[in-house]
Parts: sequence; C-alpha cells; structure tokens
Amino acid sequence: MSEKDKVTIIVFSSELDKVLAAFNIATGAAAMGMEVSMFFTFWGLNVVRKENPKISPSHILQKMFGVVNPGGARKLKLSKFHMGGIGTKMMKILMKKSLMPSAPEMVKMAFELGVTMIACTTSMEFMGVNKEDLIDEVSRLTGVATYLALAKESKINLFI
Amino acid sequence: MDTKIDSTLDCYGMLCPLPIIKISEKLKEMKTGEVLELISTDEGIKEDIVAWCDTTGNEYLGLEEDDEVIKVFVKKTVA
Repeated sequence: MSEKDKVTIIVFSSELDKVLAAFNIATGAAAMGMEVSMFFTFWGLNVVRKENPKISPSHILQKMFGVVNPGGARKLKLSKFHMGGIGTKMMKILMKKSLMPSAPEMVKMAFELGVTMIACTTSMEFMGVNKEDLIDEVSRLTGVATYLALAKESKINLFI
Repeated sequence: MDTKIDSTLDCYGMLCPLPIIKISEKLKEMKTGEVLELISTDEGIKEDIVAWCDTTGNEYLGLEEDDEVIKVFVKKTVA
C-alpha cells in the first residue's frame, strides 16, 4: 500500500448506541491500516468533553446548558430504551458480559490506534465548551473547511 | 494446519471489532513471514479476516472450525 486510504466520520450524535457504532467503525478502519479522522460536532461534542469543566462558561445560557447537557463519554444514554437510566445500565452490563469496551474505553482505544479526533469550534463556542474542557485525545480544533478538505480525500465518509 | 505457527492470539468471546484490532496490533510485533493463529468465537471473523487481509495485504492461510471455536491463520507479508 502506498498512500493510506482515508476515512472521515462526523460524530453529530451523543447517544451511546450511535457513538459506539462510530467508534466501532473508526477503530476497525484504523486496524485495517486506514487513516481515520473523527469530527465531533453538536451533540457529538459531549463525547470528547471532560466530565467536570475547569472553566465555567461566561454566558448564563451556556451555564444552564452545561447543567442539562453534561459532557463525558461515560454519561451517554441509549437512543431507545434508556428508561430513566435502567435500559442504558442494562446495555452496559450486557456489553461488559460480551467483553465489549465501554464508550470511554473505545475513545482511548481509537486514540491509541492513531485515530485523529477533531472538535468543531462552532459547536464549542455556542455550547460554551473551552479548549481546556476537551479530553486530551482531541488534537485539533477546526471548522468545516478542514472537514471538507479531508472528506474530499476520503473514500469512506460517514455522518453519525 | 501443517504450517508452523509462530504466535497465537486468544480472542475467545470477543466481538467485532476487537479481534481485528488485536490482530493488527499483534502483527506489528511479529516478523515478516511469520504465521499468526487467531482463536475466535465470532462468526463474523470468517469473512472479516479475508477482508482484513485483502485490505492490509497480508496473506490469509485458511481457517479451522471446531464447534464454536474458529481458528484463523494469517501470514505476515507486509512489513
């Protein structure tokens, strides 16, 4: 193989099931020898946020938003059958039983496999998320042009 | 399998994408020409290993099935 095949994945959602699917594909592609970039935007930003932000957002609405929309891969909920937390809890038990990595473990594994994690600066701004509030695995902060330039070069491009 | 096996990777009970990730990691430690045996219980590995070898350029040597256990053999041909 000369040039590596490229894969870009937009992670727009923050539901546990969708995020796991995104990381499943990302880590699988990395294991296939592909160059993978994940863009975290809108709700997907929650996946790469630290659980306890160091800097409090300046705007009152951003502060309120932070309360109702907590960050951290550990806190993601299922898109269906969350059932006030019971469904998600049961899913996590079943995943563990099947030796599946949890969402935070998936993030770590993707990083170790060389997946580039990119945060969208527009989403960061209106959600009041600072650079310091993102996990260390995020290496780049960009806008849509960087995504498009990478997606143009990619054979596989997903929006999850 | 008549071929000499240089290394064995136990992925018993693991689901996709773990076996593929473990293989890619394991092969990095191995020398070109060496053969890896993968032990898996994931039915999907039977087709996935072929796809993985096609994409990465490593050689798929075949598989053996015994009840739920699938043994897959891969030769490292890409440095």
